[in-house]
Amino acid sequence: MRYRKERLDRGIKVRCDDVFALSSYREILYLAMPRVLPVAILLLFPLLKGVVGLYWEKTLVVTCTVSLLALSWDLMASVGLISLGQALFFGAGAYLTGYLNYAFKLSPIVTIPLGTLGGALFSTLLLLPVLRLRGIYFAIVTLTLPLLLGRFIETTKILGGGEGMSGLSPLPNIWFELYVAVFALLVCLFSFRRLINEDYGLVLQGIRDNDRAVMSGAISIYRFKIQAVFIAGLAASFAGAFMTHYYQFVGMSAFAMDYSIVPLTAAVLGGPGTFAGSVIGAFILVPLSEALRGFGTLRVVFYSAILIICVVALPEGIFHYMRRKYHQFERLTEIG
Amino acid sequence: MIASIIVYGLVSSAVLALTAMGFSLTFGISGVANFAYGAFYILSGFLVWVLLNYLKVPFVLAIVVTIGMVWVLGFVTYWVILLRVRGIALSEVIATFALGVGILELFRWLGLVTYEFTLPTFIKGVVVIAGVVVDYQRLFIIGIGLALVLFLYFFTHYTRIGLAFRGVAQNERTAISLGIRSDLTAALSLAFGSAMVSVAAITILPLGIISINTGYEVLLIAVAVGIVGGLESVPGILVASLILGYAQVITGTYLKPEWMAVVYLAAIVLVLSIKPSGLFGKFKELEERV
Repeated sequence: MRYRKERLDRGIKVRCDDVFALSSYREILYLAMPRVLPVAILLLFPLLKGVVGLYWEKTLVVTCTVSLLALSWDLMASVGLISLGQALFFGAGAYLTGYLNYAFKLSPIVTIPLGTLGGALFSTLLLLPVLRLRGIYFAIVTLTLPLLLGRFIETTKILGGGEGMSGLSPLPNIWFELYVAVFALLVCLFSFRRLINEDYGLVLQGIRDNDRAVMSGAISIYRFKIQAVFIAGLAASFAGAFMTHYYQFVGMSAFAMDYSIVPLTAAVLGGPGTFAGSVIGAFILVPLSEALRGFGTLRVVFYSAILIICVVALPEGIFHYMRRKYHQFERLTEIG
Repeated sequence: MIASIIVYGLVSSAVLALTAMGFSLTFGISGVANFAYGAFYILSGFLVWVLLNYLKVPFVLAIVVTIGMVWVLGFVTYWVILLRVRGIALSEVIATFALGVGILELFRWLGLVTYEFTLPTFIKGVVVIAGVVVDYQRLFIIGIGLALVLFLYFFTHYTRIGLAFRGVAQNERTAISLGIRSDLTAALSLAFGSAMVSVAAITILPLGIISINTGYEVLLIAVAVGIVGGLESVPGILVASLILGYAQVITGTYLKPEWMAVVYLAAIVLVLSIKPSGLFGKFKELEERV
């Protein structure tokens, strides 16, 4: 007697999907919980400063920025643009913000939005000639761009050169830091999820799956790619702009490999294509790496190992797994 | 001045060609991405260093053993990691990239970053060519670079296995239907590409110290040369190396040496926006290839 596993939707999912009048609190909870619970935890966590300590609150800020980078990676991956260099956007946003504050003494309220917009615009313009490339070719170029830009700044000694710009204005207070990071993450997450389910997002996914077909539908794929890169760039540049004022410093490290590989690992670990997965991945990875701080650069080796294992053995990612368990149950059935 | 530019331009072109060749073989010719390329370069350097300094192996034997080990490593990388994700560009790139970063950062963590890590030159001494002092190692680089370019050309055009590489790159399904084992071919191409980067490392590294950042730089160089010259073309590599090499030396002489790295960026962006398939790329539009 041989058996195989069979997956079936849970009754409650079927009812919630088809019957639009929800008939019990259980069903309402079933639908609302996966969305409300993480949001509530995120919003409440900063209030627990006295309990968890300042250290972990600061970790929350870092986690949020990494999540933003992972989200922006995920949006670009949804258009079929595999980026190995989210640090490009991060660094562009960070340097522009830092420069505006350093040279013109503008307040963070002005520099962060300007840095976000300008950084995204600059990176999009820089990527414009290479957007015609697909797959591996695009990945190669994005890998090289942040490294070369970092080198360029070091060489030309513009924007502070190798030492960077320090002594930038701090953010008003800790609550501002925490809640701006959390709100940015939530807004970005839910707007991206909305975006990809609209008609617009459908075109983006179409470009990923078969760009020839989209072209033959008389849609300019370059226009959509440019727009998608700009939108993704906004999220990542904001992360850079925010971190500049958070650290009160911007330097070569803004273009470092870390800002490319950590979001990438987060997105792959959490499950690409869903956005929620990227955030889950970041919320696993960053606190873990804080806990492993004693290992120094060995942490990057851990990331790499996680990446290889995830790509080869668990390609679907954590989020897809969780969603399947939530909506479906498994049972053994006889074969034959 | 002019003589020194000509001679050192040739040397740096040979360095670029040597470095880029293995990447071009695996990626351009048989279509397998090996982003762990720079890591293999550094790994070869350290392998030779360990063999020489800890195991006291003769230099020639150390070189042969290292090249062999890296060849096997390339083969195993394909068979263990890449085979499972073949055809998914995203996964191929991420897996090899992670492998590369992992190896490099592991070395950094082990503390292999000091000035004691150098490889010996083949023959010590200098020679004067047209009033320019050149050491023998740089002549070796030119010679070995040239030899490898010729080898690569004849290998991919006149041997069964080289032709199989190109066949798989052009159309994998057709290649399979003609009896070419595409997985074995791809694994071999990764192995040969890795062995080539190992040769490059052993030849070039004696000029300086073995440093981790060189690993990332090597990947950059390989990509820049590949994109400028056209990824699947051997003459393309040669011409692109000459262009980039001389551009580097000229900027290094007349501007500051630090500007040399900027040359790559400019070259990549310029070539991609004007002729995306590279100077010698045979494919009309690079966008046709994934």
